Amino acid sequence: MMLNMVQALNQALEQEMERDPRVVVLGEDVGVDGGVFRVTEGLYGKFGGERVIDTPLAESGIIGAAIGMTALGLRPVAEIQFMGFIYPAFNQILSHAARLRNRTRGRFPAPLTIRAPYGAGLKALEHHSESTEALFCQIPGLTVVVPSSPAEAKGLLLAAIRADDPVLFLEPSRLYRAEKEDVPEILTELPLRKARIIRDGHDLTVVAWGAMIPAALKAAESAAGSGVSAEILDLRTLSPFDEEAVLASVGRTGRALIVHEAPRQCGLGAELAAVIAEKSLLKLEAPILRVSGPDITIPLPKAENLYYVGAERIARGIRRLMEF
Amino acid sequence: MVLTRTADQKALKLQRQGRLGTYAPSQGHEACQVGAAFGLRAEDWIFPYFRDLGLYLTIGFPLASYFHYWMGNEAGLISPPGLNLYPLSITVAAQIPQATGAGMAANYLKKSLAVLATCGDGATSEGDFHEGLNFAGVFRTPNVFVCYDNQWAISTPRSRQTASATIAQKALAYGIPGIQVDGNDVLAVLAAVGEGLERARKRKGPSFVEAMTYRMGHHTTSDDATRYRDEAEVKTWESRDPLTRFRVYLKGKGVWDEAFERVVTEKASADVEAAVAEAEAKPAGAPEEIFAWTFKELPPRLAGQLAELKEFLREAGR
Repeated sequence: MMLNMVQALNQALEQEMERDPRVVVLGEDVGVDGGVFRVTEGLYGKFGGERVIDTPLAESGIIGAAIGMTALGLRPVAEIQFMGFIYPAFNQILSHAARLRNRTRGRFPAPLTIRAPYGAGLKALEHHSESTEALFCQIPGLTVVVPSSPAEAKGLLLAAIRADDPVLFLEPSRLYRAEKEDVPEILTELPLRKARIIRDGHDLTVVAWGAMIPAALKAAESAAGSGVSAEILDLRTLSPFDEEAVLASVGRTGRALIVHEAPRQCGLGAELAAVIAEKSLLKLEAPILRVSGPDITIPLPKAENLYYVGAERIARGIRRLMEF
Repeated sequence: MVLTRTADQKALKLQRQGRLGTYAPSQGHEACQVGAAFGLRAEDWIFPYFRDLGLYLTIGFPLASYFHYWMGNEAGLISPPGLNLYPLSITVAAQIPQATGAGMAANYLKKSLAVLATCGDGATSEGDFHEGLNFAGVFRTPNVFVCYDNQWAISTPRSRQTASATIAQKALAYGIPGIQVDGNDVLAVLAAVGEGLERARKRKGPSFVEAMTYRMGHHTTSDDATRYRDEAEVKTWESRDPLTRFRVYLKGKGVWDEAFERVVTEKASADVEAAVAEAEAKPAGAPEEIFAWTFKELPPRLAGQLAELKEFLREAGR
């Protein structure tokens, strides 16, 4: 069935709730309203208000409550309405959800999923466009996942809910309704912590995730016109990431372009570049290059285009890398 | 209560001898902690905070494990099978919304049980305290929240924590019955918390108990309370010692004598010494142990870092 990302996520939630009575959904406006982006639409009618829970407006309370639910064996899927509002819950995520398995030596592992839309490109209000995934990638015990297409979103969300570890599932809001894709009605989960080559190439490797993937594909197509063969690796799980896949691809192509929408300093690109430099330096034919947002506050819509990383900037990165 | 006092004093001694890490003493809270825990049943859940020794002992948590944690090993937080005890929260008030979530889960699963959460008066200034109570009121969860109002949060007095006449009245604002009790009277605490637990099990919603007590010791062994509080105030509360008060009560009922006191004290000392020996005999953390519980399965990157640590240790001859 042809679905956009919102519909694919909705289908994943519905099917998983049908399959597993331990799965509950909670968050602001997720019930009667079906979520501000309609990701949870129809779930309230189907599963009732005890299982699709409209909560008071309190992010730390939502995540804290979700953690407590796991104590009694539930698998809560908590929605944070926008990533820009997740920070009041940072303590619950970092100091509790992510370390409960360790501090109880496996007795209370806190298998919750936190969904949040994120990223720029929707010309939204302040605090609705940031990409702060790297803040969460330094938290031991937390798995950070970003899907790049409708089918990926469905398969990865199923995996996130079924995972026995807490997962932060970041949904690129720019891709919510960007395109439709054939999403199998019956879809088994996709693997966490496994990157995926979505375009084969032999001249360079583009490592990217989320909304950067369609942009990177476009850039790769235009580079192909000038005879450059770009491989694109969709990281999918940002933490803990698939180091083996990154090194294998860069080892083959000899060039690495890392693309993210987030600011450059201490972005995940920095860790990826460090790993490539530490382990594959002698296989490189050019310096590792990053295309990213600058280290500034993301501008409001009138100037958002000056910030945003799109296909043209990625194409320029590809050219610079090949011209070295 | 005698065991709590004995174990607490032992922990302070061990800390001074370098055998136990920074420790948050419980002296003065014995009636609150024991009274809060005494009415719990096996199916109930508990979300405690970091000053809860009496609660731990009352529900049957092994004292050796408690010491083991404060000696510096996470393994000491493991609840024995069958004991529905979440690990104590060091970050202040985070346990409150978690306890509420457990209550929401109990409602969803249609289980008849109570979920107890404890905190100090400092916690009542945190956002999580209010978010957790608000959720509990809205979802009518089977929670009992007990605040050990011990007048001090490190150096911050109750008067600087809130302008409310009571903390119990904060619960009323969330649609939760809240009462204040004498926290140095173990039977008063037991009665108040017990009523809340019963309400919870009958699915009549949450309740809140403010137990008025006093932190007789320093905040932790790293603190010096003489810097900020009056000796006279401490002396006043010394005369209200919960153990003394209960002893007087039992004597009045004719069920206490010195021989009984001796038996109880000697048993407590023996139990504490045995627990210390057991805790100190436990092995220190191994490299595998500190990596193994980060994720369900060890990701390759962590496996690589573990190998790196082991190689370093081997080369360093350790």
